[in-house]
Amino acid sequence: MNSTAPLGVGEHPHASFPEGVELDCGVTLAPVDIAYCTYGQLSAQRDNAILICHAFTGDQYVAETHPLTGKPGWWGRMVGPGKPIDTNRFFVICSNVLGGCMGSTGPRSPRTDGQGAPQELWGTAFPPITIRDMVRAQHKLVRSLGIERLFAVVGGSMGGMQVLEWAVTYPQMMLAVMPIATAPYHSAQNIAFNEVGRQAIIADPDWRGGRYWEEGVIPARGLAVARMMAHITYLSEEALTRKFGRRMRRGPVGGQGPEGPVSTFGDIFEVESYLRYQGSSFVRRFDANSYLSITRAMDWFDIAADHDGDLTPAFADTAVRFCVVSFSSDWLFPTSAARTLARALNRAAANVSFVEIETDKGHDAFLLDEPDFDRTVRGFLCGVAEHAGLS
Amino acid sequence: MRLDQHLIADMIEPRTRVLDIGSGDGTLIGHLYRERGCDARGIELNMELVTRSVAHGLPVVHGDADHDLAYYPDHSFDYVVLQRTLQAVERPQEVLRQMLRIGRYAIVSFPNFGHWQLRLRLLLGGRMPMTAVWHTPWYETPNIHPCTIRDFLELCRQDGYIVEKWMAVDEEGERAPWRRSIRLANLFGEQALFLLRRR
Repeated sequence: MNSTAPLGVGEHPHASFPEGVELDCGVTLAPVDIAYCTYGQLSAQRDNAILICHAFTGDQYVAETHPLTGKPGWWGRMVGPGKPIDTNRFFVICSNVLGGCMGSTGPRSPRTDGQGAPQELWGTAFPPITIRDMVRAQHKLVRSLGIERLFAVVGGSMGGMQVLEWAVTYPQMMLAVMPIATAPYHSAQNIAFNEVGRQAIIADPDWRGGRYWEEGVIPARGLAVARMMAHITYLSEEALTRKFGRRMRRGPVGGQGPEGPVSTFGDIFEVESYLRYQGSSFVRRFDANSYLSITRAMDWFDIAADHDGDLTPAFADTAVRFCVVSFSSDWLFPTSAARTLARALNRAAANVSFVEIETDKGHDAFLLDEPDFDRTVRGFLCGVAEHAGLS
Repeated sequence: MRLDQHLIADMIEPRTRVLDIGSGDGTLIGHLYRERGCDARGIELNMELVTRSVAHGLPVVHGDADHDLAYYPDHSFDYVVLQRTLQAVERPQEVLRQMLRIGRYAIVSFPNFGHWQLRLRLLLGGRMPMTAVWHTPWYETPNIHPCTIRDFLELCRQDGYIVEKWMAVDEEGERAPWRRSIRLANLFGEQALFLLRRR
């Protein structure tokens, strides 16, 4: 399994925090490594830093070739010189989330004993983490880079949850935030999908009660099924129809005989083949226990929970400028959730912009070519800079 | 910027908080923000215009007068502006009430249904009048609550709003000279513009 095992902790550029992070669950997780990438130059005034928060299965490799998959950065079309998040102007930071598996401390990191000597891996003993814990770790990283105040925090999907958590937990730490394709809480439907993914992993005999790493295996089938299911939720019906329709291709089991199908699963639909590919490539880069930890963190996410279910007090008296973006065909984080957020922000008298981008590409639209979205990001950031006198 | 938007801008003190309902492409709030130092924000129903405004760095939310004003807190703006839209909302009285709950002042403009051409056409032709201002047939017009200047003044009196300023303007937004007489304005003014405040 070594050939398919992701890079280990420590091989990605990272910052180390021996004092660790105090988690919502009461445990202090120590030490903590946070792997990160940066793009552009921090200005002398240190006022041009934008933190990008990645989505669930994303990572810190925003705008460069991924060292593991060899694929281009996941937001290379948004971040770079002359791009909407212009690295000629802004210093961009993106870190792998706490609980992740691309260099930040997570279930695949070794525990240490009292003297700091590495022990066995955390595995399922990794303490339960929340979105706020991820943000606390990012906050440590940002401060360690000598940044007192961020220009903006930007992110989509689970990244958008972190963005909202930033605005609530550290409202003095940034001028503006862009929560994209996200919601102020994880809905019952969101939790339900996550649970199916988790059950697929746990049901895989290779999961071995979460100690698969002891025997050099990974619960590849369960993890792949989880990914296949989740991937459907990232796309819209229109996008699937456009990409695959009902087209079929010769399956691995054998073809069609002259008298019709010789096997129920002989030929497969192209959409099936696509999902299988998505599943199998995912297991090479993502850790199953990270999947469990992070989906659980998302499920617990509810900004209003600390305010008796009322979203507005969470944003009371905020000076942060908000730009809420949703996508019309996103049914995982629908526009209705974004509207709830925008209205709560209005109630808090916050400075808020709210845009729904018309697209048929579903939840994943924020990663894809959407010129209106690009214009929105660029224009909003320019507006914030103008307002702050930084233009 | 249209001439009547200049008239609106002239009613607004610099460095105040302004909410423009139906902010369109953001012309007015852009002007108020960049030239007058106002904290000017918009609500707009047309998503293309929302995106264009935000892409110009202006704070605009997708929404409309009937459904989104309820989400703004009391007294959160100095001025709430509704341009040429009152006749097209579902509940004009409620929209006005919300505007003066949210803002200290409300600035409202609407096309005057009392204009002599409309009166004459209905009288002589016996059909729903069609003019440059009222140019869509009755079965597809969004203007479901047309009113005259005198109707509007009566509503203000009834609901206890103080008319700080009012003026009649023609379609191009040029200020019309009938400001001394409400009856003349109601006959000759194509558009009406009001600055209201709570009692």
